[in-house]
Amino acid sequence: MDKKKIIDMKGIVKKFFIGTPNELAALGGVDIDVYEGEFVSIVGASGSGKSTLMNIIGSLDRPTEGTYYLDGINVTESKDDELSRIRNKKVGFVFQTYNLIAKTNALKNVEMPMLYAGMNSRKRVERAKELLEIVGMGERMRHLPEELSGGQKQRVAIARAMANDPAIILADEPTGALDSQTGRMVMDIFHKLHKEQGKTIVLITHSPELAEETERIITLKDGLVINERKGAGAPSSDDKEVSNA
Amino acid sequence: MMFLENVRLAFSSLLANKMRALLTMLGIIIGIASVIAIMTVGNSLTEQVTDSMSSLGANNINVYLQPKETETEITEEGYIFEAPSDGQVSVQDTDLISTEMIKNLCDTYPDDIYAISATNSVGQGQILDGRKYANVSLTGASTGEFIASNIKLEDGRFFSEAEMDKGLLVGICSDKTVNNMFDGDIKKALESTVNVYVGDKFYQVAIVGVYKYERNNMMFSLTAEKDISTTLYIPLKAAKELTHSESYSNFTIVTAAGVDADQFAKNVEGFFKPYYRNNRNFSVAAFSLASVVETMSTMMGSITKAIAIVAGIALLVGGIGVMNIMLVSITERTREIGTRKALGAPNSSIRMQFIVEAVVICIIGGIIGIIIGVTAGVLLANALGTPAVPSIFSIVLSLSFSMAIGVFFGYYPANKAARMDPIEALRYE
Repeated sequence: MDKKKIIDMKGIVKKFFIGTPNELAALGGVDIDVYEGEFVSIVGASGSGKSTLMNIIGSLDRPTEGTYYLDGINVTESKDDELSRIRNKKVGFVFQTYNLIAKTNALKNVEMPMLYAGMNSRKRVERAKELLEIVGMGERMRHLPEELSGGQKQRVAIARAMANDPAIILADEPTGALDSQTGRMVMDIFHKLHKEQGKTIVLITHSPELAEETERIITLKDGLVINERKGAGAPSSDDKEVSNA
Repeated sequence: MMFLENVRLAFSSLLANKMRALLTMLGIIIGIASVIAIMTVGNSLTEQVTDSMSSLGANNINVYLQPKETETEITEEGYIFEAPSDGQVSVQDTDLISTEMIKNLCDTYPDDIYAISATNSVGQGQILDGRKYANVSLTGASTGEFIASNIKLEDGRFFSEAEMDKGLLVGICSDKTVNNMFDGDIKKALESTVNVYVGDKFYQVAIVGVYKYERNNMMFSLTAEKDISTTLYIPLKAAKELTHSESYSNFTIVTAAGVDADQFAKNVEGFFKPYYRNNRNFSVAAFSLASVVETMSTMMGSITKAIAIVAGIALLVGGIGVMNIMLVSITERTREIGTRKALGAPNSSIRMQFIVEAVVICIIGGIIGIIIGVTAGVLLANALGTPAVPSIFSIVLSLSFSMAIGVFFGYYPANKAARMDPIEALRYE
C-alpha cells in the first residue's frame, strides 16, 4: 500500500476514426494500476485492445478520454516532445521483432536511448557495457544485429530497454519470435531483472503459460478489463499490495 | 555529440548503399565539376590576359594610323558607297605621324605624358657568326620604349645620352640572343660586336645591354624555341639614319601616374584630328590597354554568369535527385524511425539525422566534383598552354552551395520522417 504507483490509469478510452461512420472504440474505459516492483502481464486475444493499451502505457499514444499518470507524470496532457522525453526516461520497450537498429553494433544500440537522453559518450559506453554483461552479451558487444541470433538480439534489446533505468519495462510479446528454449531464456532474464533489480515489468502476451509466471494477470476483452487475478509468480506472503484492484 | 553521431550514421548508411549513393551524387558531381573546371580555365585565361596586359603596361596608350572607314557620301541619287579601303591603301610618307606632331603633343600635355615610345623598325634580320645565328628584329628605340614595354636589363646598361644623340650603332639584345650566339655567356656578349644582316645589308652592332626576354603568351607560335625572333634595340637616331625616316606609323604614350588613360586616349585622338582632317585615307586612333583589360573582364563576367546559370540548373537537378533518394531512404527505414522514436528520439533529432545525411551526400558529391573539376580544369588549361589557376573562391563557394542544397532538399524528406507516427512506423513492414 505504501508502494508507489508507476502506472495509474483511470477510465482510459481510445477511439479511432472519431466523427466518421466507422468510429471505433478500441478501449472502452480501462482502469489499471501497477505498483513499483511488480511484474504484471496483460493478456487478451487479438482485437482485445492489447496493442492500443500498450501504446498508451508506453506513451506512444495519448488516450481519447481518461487520465494516465506514469511515474507521477500526467501523460494525457503531454505534447509530442514531452512524450518523447517520457518514453526516453520512463519506458523501456522490448519488441517482438527486437527492432535493433540495423548496421549498428550491439553496444551502439544499447547506447541509443542514453544518446537521446544527452548522456556523455564515456558514461554511455560504460553503462551499455554493464547492461550487456547483465544480459549475458558481454562477449558480443561489437557484433551487428545481422550477426546475432534471435535470442541474442532480444537480450540486446532488453539491455537497451534498461539503458536509462526506466520506471517500467514494457515487453510486447518478447518471446513471440523465438523458439521455446530461447523464449525460456528471455523470460528468465525478465525474472532475474524483476527479482534482483526490482524492475517493474509489464508483459503483453497472448500466451497463458507465460502470463501465469507473472505476479498478476490482467485479461482484456473487447477493450475492457474482464478479469484480474494473481499469477503463480505472485509472492504468497503479502498479496495485499495487488489485491486492491 | 548528437551531431557527430548523425554524421557517423550518415556515413554508415551511405556505405551500406554505395552504388545508390554514387548515383545520387552524380548530379551534384557533374554540376560542381563543370563549374570548377570552367572557372579554373576562365581564371587562368583572365589571369594570363591581365598579366600580359600589365606587362605591356595598362597605363600605355597605343597611337596608330588607321585607314578611314568606308564613308558614305550623300548624293542627289541617294547613298553612294565608296569602296571599302580594306587596308589595301598603302601608307605614304605624307600619311605618317611626324616627329614634329609628337613633339607638339608633348608640349600640349606636358603633365599627362610620362614618356613617349616611338620605335623605328629597320627590319627583320639575323645575327650571324659562323654556324651560330639568332633571329632578331632590328628596332630603333627611345628611352620611352624601355619604359612602355617594361624592359628589364639582365646586365649591362641602357643607351647613354651621347649614344642616343650621335646615333651610334650600339645594341641591347635579349638573353635569348645571348643563348644562341654566346652560349648564354652574358659577360662575353657585353664585350662583343655582332654582325646583323637585314635584307641585303649588314650592320655591326656593339652590345651594351642584355634584357630578359618575356614570351608573349597571347600569341601562339609554331616557331621552334631557337628560332624565335627577339628585338635587338639600337638608339632611335641610329635607326632613323638607317631607314632615312623621321616619321612613324605608330607610337606608344606612357601616361603619368594618376592620369585616366582611357580619357587621355580620347584627348590624343582629338589632338590629331586637325592634322588628318584632309587626309583621305587615314586618321589617327588611340586606345588604352586599360580599356582592353576592362572589356576582357566584363566579358569574363558575363561568361561566368552564364556558367553559373547552367551550373545552377545542374545542381537543381542534382538536388532533386538527393531529395528523391532521401524519400526512398526514409520509407525503407520507417521501422528504424519508429524504433528511434520509441526510444525517445524527439522529432527534431530525427529531422537533424536525415538533414545531416542529405548534407553529407551533397558535400561528398561536392568534394568529388571539385577534385574532378580541378583536374579537368588543369588539364584543359595545360592543353591551352596557360598556367592553371584553380579558383579558391569557386571551390569554397561550391562547397557551401552543395551544403545548402543538402539542407534545402534534405529538409522535406527529413521533416516527413520527423513527423511519422511512431506507432504506424513501428508496425510498418
